[in-house]
Amino acid sequence: MSKELVIISGKGGTGKTTLTSSFAYLMKDKIIVDADADAADMYILMKPDVKKKELFKGNMPARIDTEKCTKCDICKQLCRFDAISINDEGNYVVNEIKCDACDLCRIACPADAIEMVETISGEWYESETKYGIMVHAKLYPGAENSGNLVTMVKHRAHILSEEKNIPYILVDGSPGIGCPVISTISGADFVVIITEPTQSGLHDLERVKKLCDSFKVKTGVVVNKYDLNEEVSNKIKSFSEENGSVFLGVIPFDKSVSKAIVNEEIPYVACDSIKKPIDEIFNKAMESL
Amino acid sequence: MKIAVASGKGGTGKTTISTMLAYAADNSQYIDCDAEEPNGHIFLKPEIEKVIPFTLPVPEINTDICTFCEKCSNACVYKALVIVPQIKKVMFFDELCHSCGTCSYVCPVENALVEVDKEIGKIRIGKANHIAFVEGLLNIKEASATQLIVNLKNYVDNTKTVILDSPPGTSCTVVATLEDSDFVVLVTEPTPFGLSDLKLAVELVRNMNIPFGIVVNKHDDNVDLIEQYAKKENIEILYRLPFSEEFAKNYSKGILPFEEYKNDFKNILKTIEDRI
Repeated sequence: MSKELVIISGKGGTGKTTLTSSFAYLMKDKIIVDADADAADMYILMKPDVKKKELFKGNMPARIDTEKCTKCDICKQLCRFDAISINDEGNYVVNEIKCDACDLCRIACPADAIEMVETISGEWYESETKYGIMVHAKLYPGAENSGNLVTMVKHRAHILSEEKNIPYILVDGSPGIGCPVISTISGADFVVIITEPTQSGLHDLERVKKLCDSFKVKTGVVVNKYDLNEEVSNKIKSFSEENGSVFLGVIPFDKSVSKAIVNEEIPYVACDSIKKPIDEIFNKAMESL
Repeated sequence: MKIAVASGKGGTGKTTISTMLAYAADNSQYIDCDAEEPNGHIFLKPEIEKVIPFTLPVPEINTDICTFCEKCSNACVYKALVIVPQIKKVMFFDELCHSCGTCSYVCPVENALVEVDKEIGKIRIGKANHIAFVEGLLNIKEASATQLIVNLKNYVDNTKTVILDSPPGTSCTVVATLEDSDFVVLVTEPTPFGLSDLKLAVELVRNMNIPFGIVVNKHDDNVDLIEQYAKKENIEILYRLPFSEEFAKNYSKGILPFEEYKNDFKNILKTIEDRI
């Protein structure tokens, strides 16, 4: 069984992709997964050569056949997602974005006028990169934020790792604590939480750490741009240690990191100031994995 | 006037821009819709006057009268209910339940399956000086904040300038936040990540047919990236907030220069009013 290392953050924009790309550079024999499907950015640094592309079937929203519909209003009254409305022509219609595909309206419709239809809500890819195989995805804007898509790309990575005997899987996660994050951390062997030394960063870390604890996954914490506020940075360190996380280390603030990203280079490769800190963080994370 | 502040990419400054807009308006309401990780309270420091639990109905099965017919478990598309008739066992996985009500609708036995309220989050209401404050806070382990956000919208005060601070991304929680707003401010940063996610956000807002403009945060030497895109797509850049280490340091302490930027943000509000 391959081991899975996941990088998440709670708060957005704290440096997940910066750290994941650095790990992708340092780690030997792994499959890279970008699980941040509605803001996937790893491709910018990894420059994947897409070898296989598949469509992702989303949930199956309801569709009303206006020919058969008797306008009895039952579906509209039952729908808890406010997805059914009457359009300008007086017909009952389903808002596919709001529809949760629960099937209740179809079951309840006395005229048999509703069916659930297949939709495509994204794409996923298998690619080759300079740093190994990458499995990544793209959710169409406005689509259901499907933890399913995350589960699927992770599953695909595990199959590939078995087939090709690759020992590690490296996953770039999404911000927040909701369904894509839950899907990202479940089954992980070690979760690295990268945060920033701000009140917001600390607040969001506490919440995402609790989430990881409830799934009983081991965690490690990294503070990015630690020198922006050393007081909060130290607070984060104590918080991690007191709450059973491995404190993996800190990365200094360096303006050249954003320059590297603008040039589409992996910050670890382009910026000398962050090399040693990230080496240490990486080694500690690999020991914990 | 309802203005939603969104971004695609996380950490570009949605909360910074939202709270500064709310501060600059004379009579405003700030609603934090980023219920997974709400941060507006850190900067506005509101006095919370009321905390309202937000609940959704989930099934509860009375195994004394349940006939284990499996109609509910067969109907549940989320696989939240499992019935094993042989051993008269019912299993309910609340984290998979979407509170759609299908199970209770299909249950043929009266009172065998009733719906009970389960708290999935909280709505916190208060005041931060002249700003009315509302925040959604999702309980940890809950998968979806969408229904909580839909409910937050019931607290919109239409007599005020309403600022909705959106979650990151472009998926269902963002759609729930943006829906029915009069204008969307897309906050981005001048990096390829910022641009890549901005494009997705623009696609979403265009699909939803809401007027919008861009605020470039951490504006620096790499200006061209966003400027060129905005020009090509004919999107108005409402404001450019330059990168400053001092700003970032204060932000880290939970302090934003509300007063210093008040006039600039008043002007943004004026521009938005003209565009609606």
